[in-house]
Amino acid sequence: MVPITTLHYLVVAAALFVLGTIGVLTRRNVVIILMSIELILNAVNLNLVAFSRLYGLHGQVFAVFVITDAAAEAAVGLGILIAFFRNKETVNMDEVDLLKW
Amino acid sequence: MNPVATPFFFYFLSAMALISGVLVITRKNPVHSAIALIFTLLSLAGLYLMLYAPFVAGVQIILYAGGIMVLFLFVIMLVSVSRVERESQFNKQWLVGIAATAALGVLFILVYAKGKSVFPERTVQLPEQLNTQQVAVWLYGTYMLPFEIASLLLLVAIVGAVVMAKKRI
Amino acid sequence: MIATADYIRILPEIVLTLFGLIVMFVDPLLPESRNVKPLGIIALIGSLGAVAASIYQMRYPGPAFWNFVVVDNFSIFFHLLVTIAAALVIMASFEYLRVQEIRAGEYFGLILFGTVGMALMSSAVELVLIFIALEISSISTYILAGFRRRDAGSVESSLKYFLLGSFATAFFLYGIALMFGATGSTDIPQIASALRLNGAPLLAYVAYALMFVGLGFKIASAPFHVWTPDVYEGAPSPVVAFMSTAPKMAVFAVLLRILFVTESPSLLAGSRPVWFWWVWGSAAVSMTLGNLGALVQNNVKRMLAYSAIAHAGYLLVAFAAAPEAGISAAMFYAASYTAMNLGAFIVVSHFANAGERYVTLDDYTGLGRRSPLLAMTLTIFLISLIGIPATAGFFAKFYVFSAALKANLVWLTIIAVVNSAIGAYYYLRVIVAMYMRDSTQEIPVMRVPAGVTATLLCSVAAVIYLGILPGRVLEFATRSAQSLLR
Repeated sequence: MVPITTLHYLVVAAALFVLGTIGVLTRRNVVIILMSIELILNAVNLNLVAFSRLYGLHGQVFAVFVITDAAAEAAVGLGILIAFFRNKETVNMDEVDLLKW
Repeated sequence: MNPVATPFFFYFLSAMALISGVLVITRKNPVHSAIALIFTLLSLAGLYLMLYAPFVAGVQIILYAGGIMVLFLFVIMLVSVSRVERESQFNKQWLVGIAATAALGVLFILVYAKGKSVFPERTVQLPEQLNTQQVAVWLYGTYMLPFEIASLLLLVAIVGAVVMAKKRI
Repeated sequence: MIATADYIRILPEIVLTLFGLIVMFVDPLLPESRNVKPLGIIALIGSLGAVAASIYQMRYPGPAFWNFVVVDNFSIFFHLLVTIAAALVIMASFEYLRVQEIRAGEYFGLILFGTVGMALMSSAVELVLIFIALEISSISTYILAGFRRRDAGSVESSLKYFLLGSFATAFFLYGIALMFGATGSTDIPQIASALRLNGAPLLAYVAYALMFVGLGFKIASAPFHVWTPDVYEGAPSPVVAFMSTAPKMAVFAVLLRILFVTESPSLLAGSRPVWFWWVWGSAAVSMTLGNLGALVQNNVKRMLAYSAIAHAGYLLVAFAAAPEAGISAAMFYAASYTAMNLGAFIVVSHFANAGERYVTLDDYTGLGRRSPLLAMTLTIFLISLIGIPATAGFFAKFYVFSAALKANLVWLTIIAVVNSAIGAYYYLRVIVAMYMRDSTQEIPVMRVPAGVTATLLCSVAAVIYLGILPGRVLEFATRSAQSLLR
């Protein structure tokens, strides 16, 4: 078997990034869009931790900050979502289509 | 100490992460998506362990899978799941979205394949036993300013979430 | 040990945070029915304190906190810009909150906290810190955009802004991660030296592209501008005045730092940086789409949103131009744009009245007769946005275009000039409506309160000062550009 190198991890991260982006661009349910953004943030973290194997510990420290930011974003996002839900009674992005070029 | 059976665990965990990732973005029921996302998060935690990052792995499980996902489930509970399932799931531009993103993915793979030589061959020796201590030294030492500022980020997030979720302002 | 000078180098941020906390502490002590004006005054004192702190900082240039922040002319310039913008918006918001019946002291707290993020963005030289500061500024603006809670449009604008904004942040982060992978560092000067040593690998190109996508969203440059009109239309007008200027200029500061410092060797050697065509294209498309979009708008807020996209395009022209002249032109443009755009949105906000009812072009008919002073102020801002001489907008455009010509960007300059001509049409449409058409309906114009008057006076003074005596600001900007490229 081929030994597992940094590159392998990077490919997994890129795949997660692609999945997350597809989710954001194609789904209409806001909660699922938020989860897709979480997927991208996780891809970032996998990258950082994998690079941290090459360059030293500060990649991991950065990853901790990314998790902090994910928590902050999730809290704010869900707050906004509750306000939105009160007004609209739906979490479907009808008018809020993301790819409205 | 080298991890045992690295290739097997790597492929197993990555496959699990990616398959659950696909489930996250394809399920109709947001609860199912959330559960799939938890599986992704847990398998990524496994990958972090393999990369000698036990602290990040722990934070991933406690904070991400434990904390953030609970927030998600709270909101899903506010929304009636049965009605969401009946509404259309994908927007009109899904084909464009997928095509563009897939192109991006191919680009990544090409860049990685071509630019392999960018990365140093040798990996650095990361501390195994003292990982948490070392991360703490970084956080409270060099990274002190971002660490303190991150507390302001969390404060803003709390204030924001409360303002938005309040009944009337 | 951390030296005292280190704390002085983040003094504006400390002052803003302290006053933000005071606002949050005092808010629950005020009776429920009271106006939130006292909180506004505390916030105003805080932001003015931050302005003073930024001036005081000038005597302590240098790095602080393990080279995470650097105080130089460049960061002081942007510190002053964002703190003054915050002070002006706070002054103009007193009356707005009363008229719209928003009783939440968090409004002022979030403006102050957001300004901390923006100030840090302009002085940070480390991507981790930049990212956290960017998030503070973004998250507070997401919330501020949703403050008109009775209006579904406002919450929707907040949601849309939030989703696209965090998507953009994720891209930016991915770019940082790849840059870390390509160079082994997140410190901008170290990235620069790594790139100089090994040449820019393919991965660095992708990293630049992703970071540019992320930041391009935040400055509303094409093709990542789609959210702008909807968000600006729904958000409270003083907030739009704020978020179309201060956070945007802070992101421009980050862009200037990342793009120019990491590429400074090749720039000083006179060759084109790796991101050159990317910026060129984005500038051209932003100007064109922004101006064409604005032509067909009937809602003044939407029109100004499209105009903001176009102005982001003009600013990006300066990025593509010769480095030294380009950076100083971009900084001058940032200052002028902040003055005129903030002023214009404050007039719109005052005129819109309760529930932001009067925002269409038809509502503006006859304003010149009914409220001559207000109409005249708006006219000054609009002709400055067009770029007519004796206003800030003229010299801003002049410096940008001449910097572009200096770098032989003939085509880009032609596109920019043609666009300025198109832009004149829709700004003039508002002026014509105000002065030459008679109104069909009687729209009440409220008496202009003291806070709004003060804000408008300051903005008009800035627009005219920069339009008549641009020398000092430009000279300061040039010195900052040199400190950045060194």
